[in-house]
Amino acid sequence: MSQAVELTGQTGVVVRSHVIHKVLRNPMGMIALAILAVLVTMAVLADVLAPFDENFADIASTLAAPDANHLLGTDSVGRDVWSRLVFGARTTLLSALLCAAVAIGIGLPAGLVAGYYGGKFDGIAGWFVNILMSLPGIIVLLTVRAAFGPSVWISMIAFGILLSPGYFRLTRTSVQSVRNELYVDAARVAGLSDRSIISRHIFSVVRAPIIIQTAMVCGVAISVQSGLEFLGLGDPTVATWGVMLSEGFKNVYLTPTLLLWPAVAIGLAVGALVLLGNAVRDALEDGEKVKQRKRKAAESASATERTTPAPAKVRQARGAVAAVESGTEHHLVKVTNLGVGYPQADGSIKKVVDDVSFHVDRGEILGIVGESGSGKSQTAFSILGLLPGTARIVGGSIQFDGNYTVAPGEEKVSQERLTKLRGKRISYIPQEPMSNLDPAFTIGYQLVTPMVRVLGISKAEATKRAMKLLSDVGIANPERTFQAYPHEVSGGMAQRVLIAGAISCEPDLIIADEPTTALDVTVQADVLDLIRDLQRRLNVGVILVTHNFGVVSDLCDRVVVMQNGRLVEEGPVRTILREPKDPYTQMLLSSMLEGKEPMTMLVSASAKEAVK
Amino acid sequence: MVQFIIRKIAAGLVVLCAISFLTYFLLYFSSSNIARNILGEYASQEQVAQKETELGLDQPLPARFLDWAGHSITGDFGRSWFTGEPVATAIATRLPITLTLVIAAILLIAVLATVLGMAAAVKRGWIDRVVQTGAIVGDAIPGFVLAIILVTLFAIQLKLFPATSSIAPDAGASAWAASLTLPAIALVINGVTGGAQQVRSAVIKQLERDYVRTLRSRGIPEREILFKHVLRSAAPTGLTVLSLQFIGMLGGVVIIEQIFALPGIGNLAVQSTTMGDIPLVMGVVLYTVVIVIIVNLLVDLINGWLNPKVRVS
Repeated sequence: MSQAVELTGQTGVVVRSHVIHKVLRNPMGMIALAILAVLVTMAVLADVLAPFDENFADIASTLAAPDANHLLGTDSVGRDVWSRLVFGARTTLLSALLCAAVAIGIGLPAGLVAGYYGGKFDGIAGWFVNILMSLPGIIVLLTVRAAFGPSVWISMIAFGILLSPGYFRLTRTSVQSVRNELYVDAARVAGLSDRSIISRHIFSVVRAPIIIQTAMVCGVAISVQSGLEFLGLGDPTVATWGVMLSEGFKNVYLTPTLLLWPAVAIGLAVGALVLLGNAVRDALEDGEKVKQRKRKAAESASATERTTPAPAKVRQARGAVAAVESGTEHHLVKVTNLGVGYPQADGSIKKVVDDVSFHVDRGEILGIVGESGSGKSQTAFSILGLLPGTARIVGGSIQFDGNYTVAPGEEKVSQERLTKLRGKRISYIPQEPMSNLDPAFTIGYQLVTPMVRVLGISKAEATKRAMKLLSDVGIANPERTFQAYPHEVSGGMAQRVLIAGAISCEPDLIIADEPTTALDVTVQADVLDLIRDLQRRLNVGVILVTHNFGVVSDLCDRVVVMQNGRLVEEGPVRTILREPKDPYTQMLLSSMLEGKEPMTMLVSASAKEAVK
Repeated sequence: MVQFIIRKIAAGLVVLCAISFLTYFLLYFSSSNIARNILGEYASQEQVAQKETELGLDQPLPARFLDWAGHSITGDFGRSWFTGEPVATAIATRLPITLTLVIAAILLIAVLATVLGMAAAVKRGWIDRVVQTGAIVGDAIPGFVLAIILVTLFAIQLKLFPATSSIAPDAGASAWAASLTLPAIALVINGVTGGAQQVRSAVIKQLERDYVRTLRSRGIPEREILFKHVLRSAAPTGLTVLSLQFIGMLGGVVIIEQIFALPGIGNLAVQSTTMGDIPLVMGVVLYTVVIVIIVNLLVDLINGWLNPKVRVS
C-alpha cells in the first residue's frame, strides 16, 4: 500500500513537471506566474516591505502625493497607501486560498463518493448542489455577515461552501467516466481496495481539471471578497484591496490615484489567476494533441512499412488504372488524380487521399472498398463538397455530368457550384441513421423541407410525395412515421427514412457511406435490397462506400479498392473477386472469406503466401 | 406537461421553505442586541425589554419562525424594525429599478452573445480571436472594478452620464434611461464575454454533428441550417448559461447599485443586513429565491419545449 502511494506520488510529479514546463514556455503562463510570484512575495514579506503599520495614520498628511516617505502617497486619514497595499495582498491571497480550500474540502470528497458509488448519496448531494447553485452569492454573504459579523474569514468559508458545487460536479463527472473504464475494472478484479483505486486511478484523472478550477475559483474569491469590502461590509481594522478601493472611490474627485492602485492590484491578481488557469488548460490540451499526432504518425509509418515491399506488378496495375480512366468525359462522375489533405500545426499537409481516379456512370453501382482510414469516406465527401472546413484539395479534379465541381488547381470544393447540385442531383445516405436526423424536428418536416426548398413545390404537394416515399421504402405506416420524432423510431426505420430523403428529389447520383454498418444483420439485407431496387427503378448512379466485400459482391457493378489514401485496384466486381491483383485486395478478400472453401480456392497459393 | 410544471413548482416551494428556515436560523444569532440598537444608547433597560417583547425576541426560535412563516403565507411580511415601513412596500418600490436593470442587461447579453458567438463559430478568423480573447479579459476583470472604471471615465471625467443618480419611481423614462445606461453597460460587458464564448463552443459542437452534414447534403440553404437547426440545438446550453448569469447578476447588482447609488433591492439588502433588520432581510431573501425559482422554471419549460424527448414524456 505504502509503495503504491509512493508510486502515485512519483508519476504525479512527472506529469505535473511536464505541464509546468509547458506553462512556463507559454508567454501567457509565464506572465501569470510572474505576477503571482510578485504578489505572493509581497504577502509573505509584508512586514519587511511595508514601512508603516497598515493602520498607522499620520493625520498631519492626509491625501498626500507620493514622496520619499510615502511611496504611493497617503489616504484620507493619512495612512500609507503602499503599506496598506502590501498588507492587503496578504489578506486577499489568504482569503482566496481559504475559500478554495473550503470548496475543495467539501466538493472533492463529495464528488468522489457520489461519482464512485452513486446511489442515495448522489441523489441527496445533487439536490444540495441545485440549491447552492441557485443562490445569488452576494445576497447569501450579506446574510452570513448579518449573522456572524464582519469577518473576512467567515465570509470566505461561506463563499467556499457556495462554490463547492463546481468541484463536486467536476469530480463526479470525471469519476463517472473513469469508473467503468476497463483498467479500473481490472484493478478491482486484481483485488485493490476502493480506496487505493480512488487514490491511484481516479485521483490522477481529476487532478488537472481541479488545478484549473482552483485558479478560477481563487480569482472569483478575490473579486467577491473585494466587492464585499468595497461595500463597506468588511472588518475596518484589516487593510484589504476592497477597503482601499472603497476609500479611493469616496475620494475620486480629490485623488483619483487612490482608486488606481487597489484596482490595478485586484485586476492583476484576478487576471493572473485566470491566465494561469487558461495556460494550464492549454498545456494539458496540447499534451493530448501531441499524443494523438504521434500515434497517428506511428500508425501511418507502420502502414507504409506494410506497403513498401509491394511488387512491381502492382505499380503496373496502378498505371493501368489511370490509363483506363482517361478520355471519358461522358461519365456521370469523374474523379481525376484527386488529393485531399489537412494542414498540420507544423505547416506540412497530411494527405488522406492521394492520386485517386475513378468514374461512375448512370445506372451503375460503384463500390469504394477499404478499411477505416483508407480515405474512402474523404473521397466521397469531396464529391459531395462536404469535407470539414480545414480540408484542402491538394491535387486533381472532380467533374459531375461534364462540369467541374473541383477544377484542376483549385484548393477548395466550390460551394457555389455544389449548392446547386446537392440534394437536387447528388444525394447522400449516411452511415449512422440516428445521429443523422435532427432530433428536434419530426421526420415529416425533415422530408418535406428539402423538397420544398430544392424542387420549389408546395408544402401540401411535398407532404403527399413524402408519404409515397415512405411507403416506397417499405414503411408500413407512413402517416405515423411522418409525425414521429427521430427518437421514436428504430434504427432500421430511421435508415429507411434517410434513404427516402436521399431519393426524394430524384437525384442522378447517390453517395451511400457505409449505409448498413450501423444496422442489425437482419435489417442490413433489407436495406441493401431496397437500395438495389431503387437504383434499378430510378436508373441512378450509386457510389457505395464500404469496408465489407460481402456488400460489394451483393450490390456493385464495379469496385475500387483504397488503402492509405491511395487507389490500389479497380475493376468489375467479378474480376476483382476472382483475380485480385493487389496483395492488399487479396488480404481484404481472404480475411472476409476465411473458412469459406469454395471462394478461397480461387486465390492462388502464392498470393496467400505474400499476404502472410 | 402540467404535471411537469406542478412538480417543478413543488420542488421550488420545498427549496423556498428550506432556505427561509436556514436564513432565519442564521439571523437568530445576530438578534441579541437588536432592541438596544433600535432604541439607541440612552434607552432604559425596561424600554429595551419591552421592545424585545414587542418584536417577539423573547420567544424561542421555532416559535418566532412559525410566527413569521404564518404571517408570510398570508402575504404579511411584517414591517422594518428600524423604519416601520412595511416590507412588501419597501421591496415593491425598489424592485422596478433592479428588475429593469437586470432584465435589460440579460436581454442585451442574450442578443449580443448569440450574435458574437455564432459569428465566431461560423466565420472563425479574426472575430473568433476577438471573442476568445474577450472571454479571458472578461473573466480577468471583476464586474464591479469595471463599473468603477466606467463611472470614473464616463461619468466623472467625461460627464456623459450622471455618476450618482437617485431616481424616483415616478421619474420620466429618460431619467431612468440616463441613470440605468451605465450600470447596464457594466453588467452587459461582464456577461457578454463569457456568454459569447459559451455560445461559440455550443454552436461549434452542433456544427460538427452528423445531421448538419446530412441537412447540407439535402440542399437546405446554409442560413436555414444555422438559424433553424443549429441555433435551436444550441439553445438549451445558451439558456442555461443565461439563467446562471441572471442569478449571478442578482448578486452582482448589489455592488453595482452601490457604485451608481441606485435605490434598488441590492441597496436594501446592504442596508437591512448591516443593521440586522430581520423582517427586511427575510423579505429580500424571499424575493430573490422566488425570482431564481421562476427563472429556473422558465428555463426548464423552454428547454422542455425545445426538446421533443422531454415534451412527449
